[in-house]
Amino acid sequence: MPNILDALREPWTLAFMQRGVLAACLASVVASVVGCYIVLRGMAFIGDALPHAAFSGVAAAFLAGANLYVGGAVGALVTAFVIGLLARRGALKHDTAVGIVFVAAFALGVLLASRRSSYTVDLFSFVFGNVLAVGWQDIWLMALLGGIVLALVALFWKELLIVTYDPNMAAALGVPVNLVQQGLLALVALTSVIALKAVGIVLVAALLVTPAATGQLLARSLPGMMAWAVAVGLLSAVGGLYAAYYADVSPSAAIVLMATALFTLALLLSRTRARLRTRAFARSGGPAA
Amino acid sequence: MGAETPALRVEGLWTGYDGRPALEDVTFSIERGCLAGLVGPNGSGKSTLLRTILGLQRPWRGQVWVFGGRPERRRLGYTPQTESIDWAFPITVFEVALMGRYGHLGLLRRPGKRDRQVAWQALERVGMADKARRRIQELSGGEQRRTLIARALAQEAELLLLDEPFAGLDAPVQHDLLHLFQDLAAEGKTLLVATHDLSCVATHFDHAVFLNRRVIAFGRLEEVLREDVLQETFQRHLLLLSRGGQIYAEHP
Repeated sequence: MPNILDALREPWTLAFMQRGVLAACLASVVASVVGCYIVLRGMAFIGDALPHAAFSGVAAAFLAGANLYVGGAVGALVTAFVIGLLARRGALKHDTAVGIVFVAAFALGVLLASRRSSYTVDLFSFVFGNVLAVGWQDIWLMALLGGIVLALVALFWKELLIVTYDPNMAAALGVPVNLVQQGLLALVALTSVIALKAVGIVLVAALLVTPAATGQLLARSLPGMMAWAVAVGLLSAVGGLYAAYYADVSPSAAIVLMATALFTLALLLSRTRARLRTRAFARSGGPAA
Repeated sequence: MGAETPALRVEGLWTGYDGRPALEDVTFSIERGCLAGLVGPNGSGKSTLLRTILGLQRPWRGQVWVFGGRPERRRLGYTPQTESIDWAFPITVFEVALMGRYGHLGLLRRPGKRDRQVAWQALERVGMADKARRRIQELSGGEQRRTLIARALAQEAELLLLDEPFAGLDAPVQHDLLHLFQDLAAEGKTLLVATHDLSCVATHFDHAVFLNRRVIAFGRLEEVLREDVLQETFQRHLLLLSRGGQIYAEHP
């Protein structure tokens, strides 16, 4: 037994693994909570688009020698604002607006990055993510941004809930629907920046969508869905880092695949539960009293 | 009754989409405490009219008065068409009813004890209190309508605008819902129910507004349920049969 315990404990004796697991957990928690709104509104595409857009900001900040997180946040926020503006005009469908704007923003990032003769490791770590390379400064920044995002969700809980559930009713009650929707995009933008260094541009979407989708399968209310999503996110972060440590594979990919495995498990579980209920219903010979 | 300000008055209302009118010079009024049908075929502008009264659609021209004044969101309850709602959303019946209170709360304030009480009473009123903890996904069609009506009642609105509440319901469930509407009207609420189901209106409603982009007729049912009105409202969408002084209508 001590062998197993030692094996469980061993990775966390290393400083870079300690920082890595903290960063991965921070990113997972925030992304899981915000991801619930993305999944419920059926805008998974935006969870892919905003991290890409954040990259252009990171690249610009890199060239200018400014803070990369601030650059990423500005890039994602501006993109979110433009998408919201285009979609609201009604001339374009929402996902068309997203498609046009985020590719342009990403191309701008690539263009800026190509001004340097070679991509440097620093910039690359944002594309593919390198959770084991985060420093304490990164972690403090992630915690600060994450705290702000979660506080805003708690503060505007009722508005976010009704606008996500029934925007028509929200408008009829006098809730500023456009403003709340724009604010939600801003929250997704900030979350992308938090998760960028942990899992990289390409995989942030998975952290936003997969845990939340798992929560939707299992919960009966939004707080329940968020609790499940956070649990799945945390489990994926820790499990993924174990896999990365012992199998020597990319931590970000391992985290995402761990989340996918948990989603699959939940899907099978909910299917089985539904089937059992149907069988019990048939056996009882009709609707129960 | 004539001296009393009507619950709803619409005058010379025009609106539409992309420069094309959906409603043309719509004028009518509805007395307080009555169960009124807003009748017309699909695409006649019923939903647009309700949305304009609610302030969700901007009028090009014309005016709306609710209880003699500008439409106040608090005094207007609304239930949208059930298709427009995501029934897979993880939310309970009680939480939906509680949303009716949001308009009274303003930004940042959370529902308090009284709000919960009002939401609970609304659920009791529509017979959904025993299902308050259910996820909305588990509801039947009739229960879905009742939940949305409870939300409108939780607003403590005096005028309820209901968009196609009978669509897709079996006859017995429709009847239960009709009885609920009649009871609410008897308690002093005013209900405007958009529907293309003529038989429901003909047998149970006090008033009707016949709409096909324009108002064809409005008023007490016995005054407006005439062959020419029906012909003009439904045009090719209705089969009329006159026999022994009675008109029989059917949707082909």
